[in-house]
Formats: sequence, C-alpha cells, structure tokens
Amino acid sequence: MSETLLEVRNLEAWYGESHVLHGVNLDIKAGEVVTLLGRNGAGKTSTLRAIMGLTGKRAGSVKFQGKELISARPDIIARAGIAYCPEERGIFASLNVGENLVLPPEVMFGGLKVEEIHHLFPNLLERVKSQGTKLSGGEQQMLAIGRILRTGAKLLLLDEPSEGLAPVIVQQIGHTIRALKERGFTVLLVEQNFRFAQTVADRHYVMDHGMVVDTVANSELSGAMDRLHQYLGV
Amino acid sequence: MDEIFGIPAPLLFGQLLLGLINGAFYALLSLGLAVIFGMLNVINFTHGAQFMLGAFVAWMLLNWLGIGYWGALILAPLIVGAFGIILERLMIARLYKLDHLYGLLLTFGLGLIIEGLARNEFGSSGLPYRIPAELTGAWDLGFMFMPIYRGWVVIVAIVMCLATWLVIEKTKIGSYLRAATENPALVQAFGINVPRMMTLTYGAGVALAAFAGVLAAPIYSVNPQMGSNLIIIVFAVVVIGGMGSILGSVVTGFGLGVIEGLTKVFYPEASSTVIFVVMAIVLLARPAGLFGRA
Repeated sequence: MSETLLEVRNLEAWYGESHVLHGVNLDIKAGEVVTLLGRNGAGKTSTLRAIMGLTGKRAGSVKFQGKELISARPDIIARAGIAYCPEERGIFASLNVGENLVLPPEVMFGGLKVEEIHHLFPNLLERVKSQGTKLSGGEQQMLAIGRILRTGAKLLLLDEPSEGLAPVIVQQIGHTIRALKERGFTVLLVEQNFRFAQTVADRHYVMDHGMVVDTVANSELSGAMDRLHQYLGV
Repeated sequence: MDEIFGIPAPLLFGQLLLGLINGAFYALLSLGLAVIFGMLNVINFTHGAQFMLGAFVAWMLLNWLGIGYWGALILAPLIVGAFGIILERLMIARLYKLDHLYGLLLTFGLGLIIEGLARNEFGSSGLPYRIPAELTGAWDLGFMFMPIYRGWVVIVAIVMCLATWLVIEKTKIGSYLRAATENPALVQAFGINVPRMMTLTYGAGVALAAFAGVLAAPIYSVNPQMGSNLIIIVFAVVVIGGMGSILGSVVTGFGLGVIEGLTKVFYPEASSTVIFVVMAIVLLARPAGLFGRA
C-alpha cells in the first residue's frame, strides 16, 4: 500500500473552555477516500477543523507527509498541501463566482486548471459573473469544492458535501469525488449520509464522543451493519 | 453681479468649493476608517491623531531635513503608516477577539496621548506650512477665482479615492480583503496570511490619513487639534455612509462637505450641526447607513 499522507495521533481540541476532541487517531494513505461517520456532535467537523488549525487550542500530533503541523497556523497548514471545504460552504457574498473560484492561492504545482474545473462543473462557467451566494445550494457546493481543486493541495477535507442537496446533485458530487480519486487526490470526508459515503469511500472511521471508536473497510461494510447502526443510532 | 437664489454667485461657488475641499478630507479620512473597520473590526479613534501626525511629519521634514511638500507627500504617509503598523502589532492586534468597545477605548486613548505629546512639543497655536511654489496662485474661472492648491486637493482626493476603490474591487489583493472581511478564518485556511494582511491594512488606512494630513498642512495651520476637530464629523460621515462601505465613505464624504458648504450660505447658524441632523435622519430611516449592508 502507498505511503501514509496524514497521520493524526491523540488529537485533542478545545473551543474556549469546551473540550471537543479527546484523542483522535487517524491514518490516511495517499490516494484514499476515507469518511468520518458518526452522529451529530460526535466530533467529525471538529476533527477537520482541528486538522486545519481552526479550533481554539489543540494538542497531540498532526503529521502531513511526515511534517508536524500541530503548532502551525492555518495558512501554513494550507500551504503544506491540505485544502478545506467547510460544511457551510463559505462562499463569499462580496465576490462573484469567478472571483470565488480563483480566491484560494495555488500552494503547489499540480492543481486543476480553471477550464478543468468548469469541465467538472459546467454550471459554474454559465454563472461566472453572478454573486457567489446567489447560486443554488448545489451550485454553491460545486463552487466550494471546485475552488480548492485549483490550489494543488494533495489532501482535501470535505465537510458534508451532500448535506441538504437534491439526490441528483448528490450523485453528481459522488461522481466528482470518484473522479478526484482517479486523478490521485486524497479525500477525508465527513458524512452523515451513510448511503452516500459507501458509494465513494475506501474506508470509514466511526466517531463518538470526540474519539475514533471503530474503523471499517468499505468491502466489509455489509458484515458490519449492525455495529454501525448501533454507533450511528439509526 | 450675478445672483443665484438671491445669493451672489462668487459667494455661492466659494462656499461650494470650500464644501468640496472639506468633503475631500472627509472622504479621504472616512475611506481609511472604512477600510480599517471592514477588515479589522476596529473603530480607529486614533485616525484624527494620525491625520495630524501626517501634517506634523510634513512640517518636520521641511524644517528639520529640508524635504519639501512633494517629498513629504510620499514620505509622511510611509513614516506614519509604519508607526501605525507598530501600534497594530504591539497593541491593537490583541483586541480583535474582544468587543468593539475595547478597540474604541484603546484607539481613543492613543489618540489623546499622541495629541497631548504634540501639544507639549509644539504648542497649540499652530505652525505655518507654505503652499508649494508650483501650486500657488489662482485660476480665473470667470465666475470666481479658484486657488490652484484647493483645486489640486479636490482632484488628488478624488484620484486617491478612485485608486483605493480600484484596488479593493478589481485586484487579487482586494478580493482577499473583501473575503477576509466576511470570513477571516476560512481565508486563512486557504493559505493566506491573514494576520499580516490585517497589519498591512491598518498601516495603509493610517497612511491614507497621513496623506490627507500632508494635503491639509498648507490649508489649515499645522496644529495638534486639527485631527480631533475633524474626526467627529468624519465619524458621522462613516455612520451615514454605512460602516465599512468604501463607496459609502467617498460619496457621503464629498456629499456632506457640499451640504455643509451650502448650509453656510443659506442658513449659516445650522452649518455646524447640519451633518449631525443628516446623521440622525439617516440612522432613523436606514440604521445600517446609506450604503451599508444590514
């Protein structure tokens, strides 16, 4: 198997006084698509934010390509080659679609060209002059994913890309994630939509109470259903 | 003699010009305040003192180092801007996570200290600063004489406002600034050094105030109170235009200068209060200001 791209050990994080992560351990190999599953409040989003340096205090170890990033600022972490797409999408109202798309700077060689992103998401080309927040939910999600593909980042952190979207759009997002995997991107995905997760992922981490409590390969999923239902409370 | 609305034309146009000049300073100062507020969320009450410092640095450059107006127009904003950067790094940056009130109190206190030090060193009577030789004299416009220096101030202010607007609306750095105004954490997570951008933005806003100070030096006498006299009106301009709105600052700055000038002609008793009356009406009708987003 290929090299470990991201190695997270005993990651703890706080928002002010509130202790939200209690020692998360993760290993993501280059080229994998891995999901974080878990119910609301399990710490999935906080894990992505903590990897990105966006929580208040954090402790433990986050190594990316062997480089320790636990005390680095978010901009340094991004420049190391990790890109983040937040749950709320973070489209900027004061920027049009084109400006939103080219906002994140290229941090390294190997990102997609704007034309390639437009090829993946043709809607964005049609609406390039529209205000970013005037797009539909699905288009905003495509913009939010599209703009981090330009940067050359090797690891993409996607927070619930399927949330609140129509089934046909969810399918398109799934298709995009598989296409990104084929292109060699590594993806860590937060999902509540279990059915969607199993169509795109190689492996699933299950989180509860701010920790990883289980890991399941996608191929072993059918045998692990009972266990998963228990964790997810479904 | 020609009259318009029963007012002699030279008097009317003279006051209009004066209104435009005051408006130019309102616009330049409120522009800096708007840029700083938009990006840093700090209401920079030191702005008046930084405007005054611009004029004093121009005076010092001339009298101590023999560097004239044109040199001062470039050097004074750089020197005062650098001073602003030091203030931001050492003090203001510590307040970003707190309520607006702390930033306001700190910058208000810093303004008082700077003004007090200037008064201690230079007295409060004011120091003269000559109009540069190239800009002395007046143009005969037919209906009035227009002092060249005053025309220059209005033109330069318009050019600076336009340039600032272009940088913010049409450049890559401007798009970083606009995005960081909305969501600084995410912009930083894209790999942009937001703390450094905030420092430089503060420095640029302060430099703009100092630039206005150099422009003002030959018109008003260079004195420690020149900033505090102006800054209250400038805050009214910012509130009327909408906090943080670039376009709002510029349009409102010039507009209110003209309204103030016209009031001096038609109803002089109200000229010092008219801006605040407009502010009250605007706040009642549109609490976010004319160009602000609610």
